[in-house]
Amino acid sequence: MDIKKNYFEFIGLPVSYHIDLNRLSEQARELQKTLHPDRYAHLSDQEQRRAVQYMAHLNEGVATLKSPLRRAQYLLALQGIDTHNESSTPIDPMFLMQQMELREQLESVVDAADPYAELDALTAAVESELQALRADFAQQFETEQLDQATSTVRKMQFIEKLASEIERLEDRLDD
Amino acid sequence: MAYSEQVIDHYENPRNVGKMDDKDASVGTGMVGAPACGDVMRLQIKVNEAGIIEDAKFKTYGCGSAIASSSLVTEWVKGMSLDQAAELKNTTIAEELALPPVKIHCSVLAEDAIKAAIADYKQKQSK
Repeated sequence: MDIKKNYFEFIGLPVSYHIDLNRLSEQARELQKTLHPDRYAHLSDQEQRRAVQYMAHLNEGVATLKSPLRRAQYLLALQGIDTHNESSTPIDPMFLMQQMELREQLESVVDAADPYAELDALTAAVESELQALRADFAQQFETEQLDQATSTVRKMQFIEKLASEIERLEDRLDD
Repeated sequence: MAYSEQVIDHYENPRNVGKMDDKDASVGTGMVGAPACGDVMRLQIKVNEAGIIEDAKFKTYGCGSAIASSSLVTEWVKGMSLDQAAELKNTTIAEELALPPVKIHCSVLAEDAIKAAIADYKQKQSK
């Protein structure tokens, strides 16, 4: 066990965007059994602390690899590319225009005759866009086109933000 | 995190929200986005024959600081020449709005937006 290992190696999966989610859960469950701090109750403080660290590393790793966006960001981070904290990066204006339109569409949903139908249509559009971007990323990353892969992740970030806005509005409509 | 009074004022009463015809030759449109937070900002200027910005409009989907930064910029650039507007610095915006360090990038976004709008206008004129 080594918490300096990256999450893929730590959990025992190949470093790739394509991931077998069932295997991820299985491996995680196995590791949880061996790493659970209760098993170390009889050991020294130092060993117990280490067990807690392993557990935290495992939980963070599982959360990171499960999420398609975070997994992509993590793969880029392993290559030394930080997509978490960049603020102002030139983005394709056509893409931004489309993002603007989608957000305007979302804003007008509340006034629509059937807001739920509008929301469903938006959700479907966002979902298919995300699927396409994930496929793009997988292909670009596997073929080491890291610049393109980075720009795909930036697009994912905008769409994920929109997806969470849609969810928020859905909750508000339900109330 | 607490917003400053200035930010809250612009957030609650945003100035110059709207859209101009981006096909109009006297209109320059700047579209910018911050991938880390997913904010999208559109800032437009209408320039008269003397090269003075007559009107400015914006639409921002983002946090209060991003909305306030773009709202403030549309107020400031009205009546400015293109050169004056191009010199607007994000630090001046951040100072006026008392933005905390974690929100400085919102003022950078607004500076980028006005620069992009000016560039778009100039490009249209050169055609």
